[in-house]
Amino acid sequence: MPPTTRSDISLRVNGETHALTVDNRTTLLDALRENLGLTGTKKGCDQGQCGACTVLADGRRAVSCLQLAVAAEGADITTVEGISDGEDLHPVQEAFLELDGYQCGYCTSGQICSAVAVIREHAAGWPSAATGDVRPDAEPPPLDAAEIRERMSGNLCRCGAYPAIVRAVGRAAEQTNAGQGAERTNAGRAAVGLGTAEESKVTA
Amino acid sequence: MKEFGYNRASGVRDAVALLAHEPEARFLGGGTNLVDLMKAGVETPDLLVDVRGLPLGRVELRSDGALTIGATVTNSDLAAHPEVRRRFPALAEAVLAGASGQLRNVATVGGNLLQRTRCGYFTDTSFPCNKRVPGSGCPAITGEHHNHAILGASDHCVATNPSDMGVALAAFDAVISFETVDGPGELALSEFYPPVGDTPHVETSLPAGALITAVTLPAAPVAARSRYRKVRERASYAFATGSIAAAVDVEGGVVRDVRIAFGAVASRPWRAHEAERALIGAPATAQAFGAAADAELAAAKPLAHNGYKVPLLRNLVVSVLTELTEEAAR
Repeated sequence: MPPTTRSDISLRVNGETHALTVDNRTTLLDALRENLGLTGTKKGCDQGQCGACTVLADGRRAVSCLQLAVAAEGADITTVEGISDGEDLHPVQEAFLELDGYQCGYCTSGQICSAVAVIREHAAGWPSAATGDVRPDAEPPPLDAAEIRERMSGNLCRCGAYPAIVRAVGRAAEQTNAGQGAERTNAGRAAVGLGTAEESKVTA
Repeated sequence: MKEFGYNRASGVRDAVALLAHEPEARFLGGGTNLVDLMKAGVETPDLLVDVRGLPLGRVELRSDGALTIGATVTNSDLAAHPEVRRRFPALAEAVLAGASGQLRNVATVGGNLLQRTRCGYFTDTSFPCNKRVPGSGCPAITGEHHNHAILGASDHCVATNPSDMGVALAAFDAVISFETVDGPGELALSEFYPPVGDTPHVETSLPAGALITAVTLPAAPVAARSRYRKVRERASYAFATGSIAAAVDVEGGVVRDVRIAFGAVASRPWRAHEAERALIGAPATAQAFGAAADAELAAAKPLAHNGYKVPLLRNLVVSVLTELTEEAAR
């Protein structure tokens, strides 16, 4: 008997649980946009190459175009619609507004979701390909322009608003660190230092 | 995309049993390559068996200094892990050099080993391809092949293995553990990817239906000072045109131990055994490093448009080994 090709799933998005019946071929991106009407998440290349569809899954950034909706069941999904605290914009959103981190805006929701996670990943002590010395005893790199460019390289901007995007991410990181102080950074580094992959997850 | 069923495996034995009953099934890890290929019609499974929930998500340091990496550990967790960064920094660097943060957060170690070539003819079903449709031909040999293989290729296929992670694993003698319905098994990475020959569609030596469960790196003190360097056509988020994972132990100006592997030059991560043999006991000089690279690359058979890879790899050997030697002397 051929396997059934549709599934009844529940998707948890921005704190709300939605019951859906989906064709197994449905990507998380299409489920968000077409089934749930959450059109803030954009479809760019649909091949995992542009980052426009970036969302957070259990606090970690991921492209929603290569994730099947049926496989996303059980994850806590945050889209750009769920980034702000009600009417209070997230520091990343504020920084993109203040520093013009966009031109046409199509890639912006993916840039913002990605940047929120980049700031957390950096605070948790994750190295990047721009980090000179990845060894754990080395001084963690500051989130400078080179680190931001590397860490944000999965988000393309065809308008070329990159200089302002880099400034906005840097500003938001400063404000996040100023707001949360050393506590956040130390907690993040301790999380990475615990020694197992499961324990080194960055929490939302 | 063809319709397919979806099943979450409840355990490793359940996963391999599900695959054994459905020959056209595939294991689903992060899906960053498989789902993309399903959209392109290159992969057409009847059933996906989701293995991400299996208890294979840990990196463990064994008492003998070996590292065992579970198959569902994400690329991000692997690269962030302190023991990986301390004992095998070239592995952390290799993983960080691949893909983007979004993809590394999802992509798994097992899936990374099984990812398919990015040869444009393989991923476009309107072209013949011996890897996709055995016997149909290889347009790359006379066509667009500027980033194809210079080592170990055949008249049937010149595609490269795209993994960065695999290059570091090759340098440090990784062993792949797997499970089948008949029980567990192991393969050295050096045996994991078979020669291309006239069977480019046979990409691994895994038994049919096998699930990768872990990758083990034996203790390698030389790897504590190691490096991965990747050359690509833009500064980030691109596949390599050539890459190297290397480690060297120099004592009194003489090479005691050395590990060298190349990426983006062959159908598999390419361990540079000839270069290593030439260097053991040799002076740790740029001249000797260059001669060792020449010994390895003597077997290179560049195509019309990828001859640049020969000097590129030579330069990578000289520069990375020189850097590592100078740093050790400080």
